[in-house]
Amino acid sequence: MISGYLVTILITVTLYAMLAHSLNIITGRAGQISLGHAAFFGIGAYITALLYTEAGFPFGLSVLLAGLGAGLIGALLGIPCLRVRDDFLAITTMGINFVVEAVFLYIPFFGGAMGIGGINLPKWLGREMTKPEYFLLILAVFLLLLLLDRKLDRSWIGLAWASIREDEQAAEAMGVDVVRFKVIAFSLGSAIAGLAGGFYAHFLTFIMPQNFGFGQSIVILCMVVFGGIGTRWGPVLGALVLGILPEISRPIMEYRTLLYGLLLLAMMRFQPGGLLGEESILTKFFRRMWTPLRKSHPA
Amino acid sequence: MLIQQLTNGIAIGSVYALISLGLTMVYGILRILHVAHAGIYALGAYIGWFTFRFVGEFWLSLFVGMAGSALAGYLVERFLYSPLLHLPRIAPLIVSIGLFIAMEEAFRIVAGPHTLTYNAQVGIGNLSLGSFQLTETQLLILAVTFVILVVLWTVLSRTRTGLAMRACAMDAEIASSFGVNVNGIVAVNFLLGSAMAGAAGVLIGVYDNQVWPTMGSIPAYKALAIVVLGGLGSIPGTVLASLIVGLAETFFIGVLAIPFPRDAVAFVAMILVLMFRPYGLLGKA
Repeated sequence: MISGYLVTILITVTLYAMLAHSLNIITGRAGQISLGHAAFFGIGAYITALLYTEAGFPFGLSVLLAGLGAGLIGALLGIPCLRVRDDFLAITTMGINFVVEAVFLYIPFFGGAMGIGGINLPKWLGREMTKPEYFLLILAVFLLLLLLDRKLDRSWIGLAWASIREDEQAAEAMGVDVVRFKVIAFSLGSAIAGLAGGFYAHFLTFIMPQNFGFGQSIVILCMVVFGGIGTRWGPVLGALVLGILPEISRPIMEYRTLLYGLLLLAMMRFQPGGLLGEESILTKFFRRMWTPLRKSHPA
Repeated sequence: MLIQQLTNGIAIGSVYALISLGLTMVYGILRILHVAHAGIYALGAYIGWFTFRFVGEFWLSLFVGMAGSALAGYLVERFLYSPLLHLPRIAPLIVSIGLFIAMEEAFRIVAGPHTLTYNAQVGIGNLSLGSFQLTETQLLILAVTFVILVVLWTVLSRTRTGLAMRACAMDAEIASSFGVNVNGIVAVNFLLGSAMAGAAGVLIGVYDNQVWPTMGSIPAYKALAIVVLGGLGSIPGTVLASLIVGLAETFFIGVLAIPFPRDAVAFVAMILVLMFRPYGLLGKA
């Protein structure tokens, strides 16, 4: 039996991977920088929490509606947001994050600074699900999402996103409906973040506005960029490394945030494509390992 | 009462302007969201505080704080940003965030986690006209900001360097083809912008009578909201937006007592304005 501590880390890292993956759809695939992704994570968590504790919805439905709700709000906020471009969009999404956090914090309906408690792990086989089981459930959902990502990447949606990312004006000139595909990316990314929020709420059993602040958005963005923006496995690796880092660096508690900052800085300065980016040492290493293998077995 | 709040708002707005101007100047020329600018601001406060502690002279500490910040800003540009300029803009953004996190931690480790009191006697004295009061530090902020803005305006509009700076902000490539030393101008931008942030750090340190490791956190994002509100890269727009946000914060929170987080005011203003003017108040497409 794996220890409770390890399971907690595993669940946290998987949820971060889900969040990084969802942000990667918006920022990596469609090329729209978002600095407020935690807002949709939070919206999902609050939808779940309210449906579950106030309206008595079952676990599955509350999490599913969290995803749908966050996606819908993402689309609604996305439409005016996408009127602005590039850096304006980055700051606007950051603003949305602050406003959403303020709403959770200052409107009594959302529980204020105390947050919402009494959200439980789901029931299963007539008892409460254990944490390792819950971890497997989240992992399964996440793998499904990765499969979906693979499908999307190779579909016309993926192509349209790539064209917008590379050159928005050229894409528009070629007849790509830029606004529509941006909104699709925005709402899909937000929906997955909302789903992660739903799982998170049931895992933590109580949520507070501070869990979904701007700092959290930055953490998610750093995972995406650190691992390799726009790649499928990069954000997952980023979530793994940056999610585990605070745990393994407990002995040097005093310096770990400093280390975190310096690591990000050094990484971007010397490997700007991320760990699994096109030009990274790791990618080149794998390619070198792979090429002789292929050459020795000519097809 | 109303005039009192107006003065408070303008004083706060002036400090915002000092911080945001550097940010908008950097953006205007390099198109980088320089989050670590708020780290430079806190650094200025710390350098000023150390100087004041050892020398005991406020004006010298203000000057040293500005000079130290300017140097730090220059080093950041030279060694971190300039090698990354050919990359997608998210790379310098993440470098900037990483640097900002590291700087805050460095302050905490070097100077300790507690707040330090910056109890400087400037020697101007309070100003009171009947019921209207201007504290010494408010007077100081208004005077220093005014002087700095006049200097900045003179440099930008009356000198050859200023002309080159404006040219680079419009189009660095074309400016370069006309013989402007773009790298030099970028350096000047960082030196000036960072010196202003350092001045803001020292002024806030004295105004609030405290210097603490995370003092840059709120300015880090509020200044971004302000420069976007004013129109990224627009200097007059930034000054206008700073004053608007300073006044709005003081009025909504101080006068109307709306239970709303003070630090979200800038963002609400920004989002509202962007819906109607996607490039900010005085920005151009």
